[in-house]
Formats: sequence, C-alpha cells, structure tokens
Amino acid sequence: MTAAPKSLRRKKHLTSFDVANYSMMIVVCFLIVYPLWYTLVHSFNDGTDTVLRGPVYFLPRLPTLENYVAVFENPEIVAAFGVSAARTAFGTVAHVSFTAMVAYAFTKKRLIGRRIWLSMGTVTLFFSGGLIPTYLLVRQLGLIDSFLVYILVPMFNFFHCIIFMNFFRTIPVSLEESAQIDGAHEFWIFTHVIVPLSKPVLATIALFNGVFNWNDYFYGVIYINRQTWLLPIQTFLFRVVASSQAHAMLNIYSHGVVRVTVTPESIRMATMMVTTFPVICVYPFLQRYFTKGMLLGSIKG
Amino acid sequence: MAIRKVVAQRYLLAMALAGVAWMFIFNYLPMYGLLIAFRNYSITRPFSEAPYVGLLHFRAFFADPNFPLVMRNTFGISSLKLLVGFPIPIVFAVLLSEIRHSGFKRVVQTITYLPHFLSWVILGGIMMHWLSDIGLINRLLLEFGLLDEPVFFLAEPRMFWAIAVASEVWKETGFNAIIYLAAIAGIDPQLYEAADLDGASRYQKIRHVTLPGITGTIVILLVLNVGYLLNTNFDQILVLTNQLNIDTSNVLDLYVYRVGIQSARYSFSTAIGFFRSIIALILLISASVTTRRLTGHSMF
Repeated sequence: MTAAPKSLRRKKHLTSFDVANYSMMIVVCFLIVYPLWYTLVHSFNDGTDTVLRGPVYFLPRLPTLENYVAVFENPEIVAAFGVSAARTAFGTVAHVSFTAMVAYAFTKKRLIGRRIWLSMGTVTLFFSGGLIPTYLLVRQLGLIDSFLVYILVPMFNFFHCIIFMNFFRTIPVSLEESAQIDGAHEFWIFTHVIVPLSKPVLATIALFNGVFNWNDYFYGVIYINRQTWLLPIQTFLFRVVASSQAHAMLNIYSHGVVRVTVTPESIRMATMMVTTFPVICVYPFLQRYFTKGMLLGSIKG
Repeated sequence: MAIRKVVAQRYLLAMALAGVAWMFIFNYLPMYGLLIAFRNYSITRPFSEAPYVGLLHFRAFFADPNFPLVMRNTFGISSLKLLVGFPIPIVFAVLLSEIRHSGFKRVVQTITYLPHFLSWVILGGIMMHWLSDIGLINRLLLEFGLLDEPVFFLAEPRMFWAIAVASEVWKETGFNAIIYLAAIAGIDPQLYEAADLDGASRYQKIRHVTLPGITGTIVILLVLNVGYLLNTNFDQILVLTNQLNIDTSNVLDLYVYRVGIQSARYSFSTAIGFFRSIIALILLISASVTTRRLTGHSMF
C-alpha cells in the first residue's frame, strides 16, 4: 500500500469491522502460537510433575532444565543433531551453488543445445520416475547408508533453476560484457559478477532448501537402513513420535543417567523444541527475502 | 567451425552439462526405471534379465481390493484440502490487508508464516499429544460436555480426513496468503481513492475493488492446485497414519511406499507409481493449457 491512501484512511475511527478483524487476527495468532508455547512450557516443566498433576498451560509449574540436560547427554540425539546440521550446511551450499551455476549457463542464448537442455528440464516438472525407481537407482549407485545421499539426490531442482534464471535475466548484460572484454571466462563471471549481485535470490533459495534439508525425515526413512548413526534428528523423532516404536523410546532414553524428574514425554518435548529452535531463529531475518522470492518464483507475467 | 564454437564456450558448456548430467542420472534414469512395471524385477538379477510380463502388474492393481480404497482416499483428501484449504488463505489475505496498523500486520504475518517452516514430524508430535485420549482436545471437549468419554482421534478412521485437512490449513494458510497479499498490494491505490470519493463502504471496496483486483491470481492458483491434485502431502500422511486409521489414510503415495519399500514388491509398486504419474501428468498438462489460455503465458 502506498502512503497516500493510508494517511487518508487513518483519520477515520475504528469501526466494528476493525474491532472484529483485529480480534480475529489475534485469535488466529493465538491458535498458531499456543501449540508451540504448550510444547515449550512442557519442555521446561518437571516431567514427573506433568504426569502426576496433569498438563501445565501457560507457565512451567516446576521449572527445570533437566529435560534439556537429558537431551544433550543422550549421545544418539546429539549425533542426530550433528547429522542434521552437516546435511543442512553441505546440502544447502551444494544445492544453491550448483543450481545457480547451471541456471546461469542456461540463460545464455549462445549455449549449444540450450533448447534441448531446457526442454529436458521442463519435462521433469511434469513427469517423474517416482519413489520406487528413484529408490532402486539410489541403491544401484551405492548411496544407501551413505551421507552423500543427502547431498547428491536433492542437489538440483529445475523449478529452482527457473527462479534463478528469471533473476539472472534482470541483471544488465553490460556488467558481464566489460568482464568479458578483459578476457574473463563464464565461470569467473558467474562467481565474481553474478553471484555478488544475486544475494536476494540466493538467500531465498538457500532458505527454502535449508529448511527442507533441516526438516526432511523421509530420506532417513528410506535411504538409511543399517547405519543408524546417519539418521538426522527429524527421522529420529519420526521413529520415536509416529511409528509403532513409541514404546522403544524408553530404551532409547534409558542409557545415560537415570533421572527421576524426566519422562520420555518431557524429553520428547525438549527434543522437539531444540529441533524447531534453529528454524524459528533464522526465518524472521530472511522473511523479506522469501516474500520477494515467492513472487519471483510464481507465474511469470 | 562447430569445434571452435565448443572451445570458445567450453566453460559455459561445462556448467550447463553438469546440470544436464544430474538431470540425466536423477530424473531420467528413474523414468527409464519405470519400465520395470512391465517386468518381474527382482534385485537378485539385472534389470535386462527380468521377464517381461506386459500389463500384469497394472491389472493386478486394478483388481486389488485396496485399489478403490486408495483412490477414494487420494481424491477425497486432496479434494477436501482444495475445497477448504484453497479459499481460506484468500479470505485471510483480504482481511489482513484491511489491517491499517502496519506493525500489527507485520507481527501477524511473521506468526502465521511460521508453521510453514515447521516439519511435519514436529507438528505430528504435537498432534499426537493433543489428540490423544488424555490430550488437551479431549480435556476441553469433556469439560464443556461435548463428549461423554475420551476419543483417541487419530485412531478413528472417520476423523482422519478432517484431521489431515485441518492440520494442513493450520500449517499453510499464512504462507499461502503471501501471494494474494502481494496481488492486493499491487492494486492501483487510485481505485480505492475513487471508491472513497464515491462514498463506498469498507465491504463495497473489498467486493468491488480488492476481489476483482486479485481474481486473476485466484484463477491461476486454482488451476495450479487442480494440476497438483494428486499431491496429497506424503510427509504429512506418513506421520499421521497408523494401523487403526489405515482405511481412510491409505493414499496412493503411502500405498506405493508400503508395497514397494516395506514389502519390496518393486515391479508391482512401480506399476502403481506409473499409474499415479500418468494421472498427474494429465492433470498438470490440462492445468498448463488452461493457464496458457487464460493468461497468454505458459505456466513455467
């Protein structure tokens, strides 16, 4: 909205519509925040107390850090966090730099076979081999139970490639031409001219892919069979939370010091909070980028 | 001449072909792998030696008692998500754009976008807790006398579709509103000023300026959503499904996963996946043709 109509409108008083609208927005925000708050409160409340005296609603009744201590003392959980962090860091850097590089090459009209490569990409937007053939391929490539599966399989995506291409096209050609006259090759131009000018779109794709890498649990479910130390935290939680192995949770948590105040439930809450924390921390700072990026990526014209 | 051209753009070509190679391996080889749907593939011998069986696996799937169930669940859940989940972000965006206090608006945006960035595992964990027989929802319903005895909602087949739709609405409404908010922000402010001068009420401005201003966006997104109708959100379904609600939670993607990965019936599950890909392709092409006709631009 521009400033003019806003100042014009501001003179008016709050109508009943406004009151209803503001109230509704507050209710919506409460409905979104409260489930997270509820989990947060329980992660800081004494686990046995929760069991004995029922749930706590707004503030911890018996505040404690024991649940978090238990989480960080569990070697399996800590390892799973490590896998998630490594996978997110390496996977996101690989995805963003690789996809951007390919997209830059695809924007050059002089590229040999450009039309063929672009139609090859477009086909992938409409049709895919699906779960089982992809799984069998990954197995043939020897990527089952390998950390590389997290990096290689999601490294490129033609949809993100299009978003990059749309952005690169807006960069004035004159900037590249001057570098070209100095004898620079395309890869140098990409890393030294294009990348520094493309921070908004790089940040947008990095955010989306980073969140995907951090949140994904399915790769761990199907591609990691025996090397369970390669499971990311989301898959670990998935096994604990969603599957029939819920009872095995006790076994998972029982090694380490036996703590009287801690229950599987309270540790689960704490693990969930630790898992969510990085996402909540990062995303408000990148909000302006992804709003822009959403529009870049949506339908042209 | 051609060789000189290749040499001149060797860096450019290498950059492009790296991507082409990736697409060949990770997109095109699996497409080729779809052919095992017509064979009896087993991991003990190479693909080329697997006996050719024609449409056997497809016929087996159509005769499978799970077939009607899986199709009903797939289309039921996705249509319900479209029916309920599509209009809500539009209403939300229109109402949010009517908020004048820009600080308040920004806070609401930040909060409502947040769930999009949470994983389904986390949300599933919270839901498991809230919807359990001793969970918060049961406590509330019992307190207000709406229930006589606690219900474990995720074990109730009747409840699954509603739970899937409601949780997705909770997670995605704010984020899906972004595009409508941008469309509303792009409406010429002079139209509102003119409406003000004509003495239009708040409701009339929404009805005659805002909504017509975003109709194009709404139509295109609707077509796109129909194109992706088969995407029932496997991440979500896999977290929320269990033995007790399987009758209503078993969608195509889940069935492929259970038959293929868990039971290792590769050819049969690939046939189901192939069938799914074909329907998805038809839906997407129709969506693409429709958008092109509506806007004059291609979808991608």
